Amino acid sequence: MSAESGLRDRLEGGLNAPICLTWELTYACNLACTHCLSSSGRRDPDELTTAEALALVDELAAMRVFYVNVGGGEPMIRRDFFDIVEHAVERRVGVKFSTNGTRLDAAAARRLAAMDYLDVQVSIDGADAATSDRVRGAGSYAAARRAMDHLAGAGFAGFKVSVVVTRESVEQLDALEALASGYGAQLRLARLRPSGRGVAVWDALRPTAAQNRRLHAWLVERPHVLTGDSFFHLSPLGAPLEGLNLCGAGRVVCLIDPVGDVYACPFVIHDRFRAGNLRASGFGPLWRESALFSELRAPNSPGACASCGSYDACRGGCLAAKFFTGLEASDPDPECVFGHGERRLATTRVELRPAPSVDHSRAVAVGAPGRLR
Amino acid sequence: MASVASTSPAVAEAFDAGRPWRLSPEVTLREEPFGALAYHHGNRRLVFVKSAGLLGVLERLGEYATAGDALTALVAAGERARYERALAALAAGGLIGVG
Repeated sequence: MSAESGLRDRLEGGLNAPICLTWELTYACNLACTHCLSSSGRRDPDELTTAEALALVDELAAMRVFYVNVGGGEPMIRRDFFDIVEHAVERRVGVKFSTNGTRLDAAAARRLAAMDYLDVQVSIDGADAATSDRVRGAGSYAAARRAMDHLAGAGFAGFKVSVVVTRESVEQLDALEALASGYGAQLRLARLRPSGRGVAVWDALRPTAAQNRRLHAWLVERPHVLTGDSFFHLSPLGAPLEGLNLCGAGRVVCLIDPVGDVYACPFVIHDRFRAGNLRASGFGPLWRESALFSELRAPNSPGACASCGSYDACRGGCLAAKFFTGLEASDPDPECVFGHGERRLATTRVELRPAPSVDHSRAVAVGAPGRLR
Repeated sequence: MASVASTSPAVAEAFDAGRPWRLSPEVTLREEPFGALAYHHGNRRLVFVKSAGLLGVLERLGEYATAGDALTALVAAGERARYERALAALAAGGLIGVG
């Protein structure tokens, strides 16, 4: 469905608990994807302990958080990965977890297939190894396909094939859909954002305006393709896409990072959008009372978009995409379908793009991750 | 009054107020400023329950022999049709079932 504007106003005012939240379990990752939102690579020595993670699950269950999107880093690298997700589903906090598939062998696939209330998303960024590995590193595509084979072999019905839409992968949408349906899986597309390491590749990899128009038309015809509300900035092109079509940052979603820092959304891991650390207070008080989330829930003005007849369709777009390209929250989305964002970007100096405040990248050349471990 | 926000298919029974409808045991209800959110863990459907009155009906549905009895007890006669439509939408989403 798409929420009518009255309901959207209420949602923008905040909820008693998130509809869902993203929980990055670790910054450790054995890949070094060029667009990594969380600039992952090295494990942070301060990451939540098993006991802290299990206690956090209990708090989320008490708040009736319906499900968590578990990511990283590569979440399966944590030795207590299964302890955490099994505890979550036992407490009726559903789990949707994203993996690069490198640790998802036949035994893990059987264990995952046996769990209720768990969804798995395996990431590739193209329909063939050459395209996908350019973003995710040599060998990553083959590893992901092996993981998909294991899931299918274990009878895991309806896992997701998760793809970031780039200038290259957008030309392979039909092939990607066929690849997913060949497994009985669902295709899930996400927007490329200039977050984390993504800021360095965003100019070169983001779809062109013409590609975004074709993407919108393709999605409108395929409501079964999941998008996680990723492309609401394209809604002014015609029919609204499936989802709430609003920026949920600090309103209906948030991010918990591996060390317990709480951010407004998975795409704004930056001090500017850090609500605080849950080790001090627990998660609930941060969600309900932090100064940052109160600010994000205050009625926002359409700003530069006030004179545009389509503001109600896109609500000004993605906060993270604006922030990391040096635009103001009241500016149009940098990929505004009418080109208003492009025109603002043209007058915005690249030096204004905020420097990253959190980076766990490994000290190797990005894009050349070497042998998979 | 209730809108279903999901694309996942669900096997659902047509709504008949004369039968004993119950909140699905797989549903978590959470009160919110606009009413409530309901999430079905099995079919992953998220539902906006857009009134406190409907939330009250859902919380107490299981106490009555039929959905019709619940509405008679909990809802003004003039509002009954609106509530039946909302319950039918919830039934279509698998959020309530005959139990």
